[in-house]
Amino acid sequence: MNSIKFNLNGQDVAVELNPSLRLLDVLRDHFHLTGTKEGCGEGECGACSVLINGRVVNSCCFPLANANGKKILTIEGLAATKRYQILKDAFHIEGGSQCGICTPGMIMAAESLLSMNPHPTDEEIRIGLSGNLCRCTGYNMIIKAVKTAAKLGEGLW
Amino acid sequence: MVRHIIPNNLNEALNFLNEGPFHIMAGGTDLMIQKRSTAGTPPKFAKDVLYIANLAELNYIKKDEAHRCIRIGAAAKLEDIYNHVDTPALLKDIIREIGSPGIRHSATLGGNIANASPAGDSLVALYLFDAEIVLLSVDGERIVPIKKFITGVRRIDLRSNELIKEIVIPIIPITAYKWYKVGGRRADSISKVSFAGVYLSNFGLVADIRFAFGSVSATVARSIELENSLKNRPIEQIIGDLPRILEEADKMISPIDDQRSNKIYRRKVAGNIMERFIKNIA
Repeated sequence: MNSIKFNLNGQDVAVELNPSLRLLDVLRDHFHLTGTKEGCGEGECGACSVLINGRVVNSCCFPLANANGKKILTIEGLAATKRYQILKDAFHIEGGSQCGICTPGMIMAAESLLSMNPHPTDEEIRIGLSGNLCRCTGYNMIIKAVKTAAKLGEGLW
Repeated sequence: MVRHIIPNNLNEALNFLNEGPFHIMAGGTDLMIQKRSTAGTPPKFAKDVLYIANLAELNYIKKDEAHRCIRIGAAAKLEDIYNHVDTPALLKDIIREIGSPGIRHSATLGGNIANASPAGDSLVALYLFDAEIVLLSVDGERIVPIKKFITGVRRIDLRSNELIKEIVIPIIPITAYKWYKVGGRRADSISKVSFAGVYLSNFGLVADIRFAFGSVSATVARSIELENSLKNRPIEQIIGDLPRILEEADKMISPIDDQRSNKIYRRKVAGNIMERFIKNIA
């Protein structure tokens, strides 16, 4: 069995697991990082979003093999950062989280967007979060939350 | 028990392939879902799997001035192709509507070609530009035009010891281009109908014109004959020829009923798009 090495939330790790496993399952079942959710399981809802080398990726269609040598950040890793606090506060202020199942994915997609584009327009936010579905349909509040985060966190991204 | 091979470099990958057959996995955004099993268990592969996403030798996008083309490595990510300064604007517009950021950060152009879906959006542009697919094996390179490489629904002319090395997109002079994607949602949607058209006009004459439909035939539909019948003619004359063009364009396609749409709708919309494209030539 190949040993697959990557950096997970700041720590170097090595796993000897089937390389075709979905990164989603490895994170949840092996590392017990259950903040990453499974929604559709086919890349359409974004509940499983994580960052790979800083860019949002659907972990439900990402094979463990491709994680080799990469830096992976989950919502648990992001939670330790100042940026997360800002995003959390902004989602709170704008009512961006209702039932909560999409929230970790939304936050990861927002982090990916803001790290590449710290001052996104409404349209750019909509594109940045276009792969994330909210079944409570609270999209407008989520878009506003990302806008608010960009303002509150000026200089952080 | 299938083997899972993560090669360290391209040579190693080719040597493994030579003892094939393998499923070749790039970004995984199609293959992981096609083969998926229940949560927590590995996908079900009937063949060994070779992982090429992290091969640096296949991850590049470069302009080849001498041959007037763009060369895109098979493992280049859609997002990187979108962001590259030399990517044709038409292809950028198409990529912007494929999947979502989370998909485009791992999906590859090589994978979209190998998947050979009738609804593969990038393929429409590749057919228009007469792109070539460079295949590589331990025996060397083989170059196949895209329309020959894709032989049917999910069928490609790839030998078991070959992999896609790069996609060669010729740079052609164009005055304007148009891309239409009809889908159920702006992101993550599989096209019901798609269309790409380009033309080159000079002093009111159309010197070059190309157009193709996606999702309405087994493979991308393009008619060189119809295109040739419009070349080197004044724009007003082409617009005046609209009834014949629409009749001929209708013969190019053979849409089907499926879960996403139906053939009546697809045929009607394809015609409407064609009409709008022709009427807007300037």
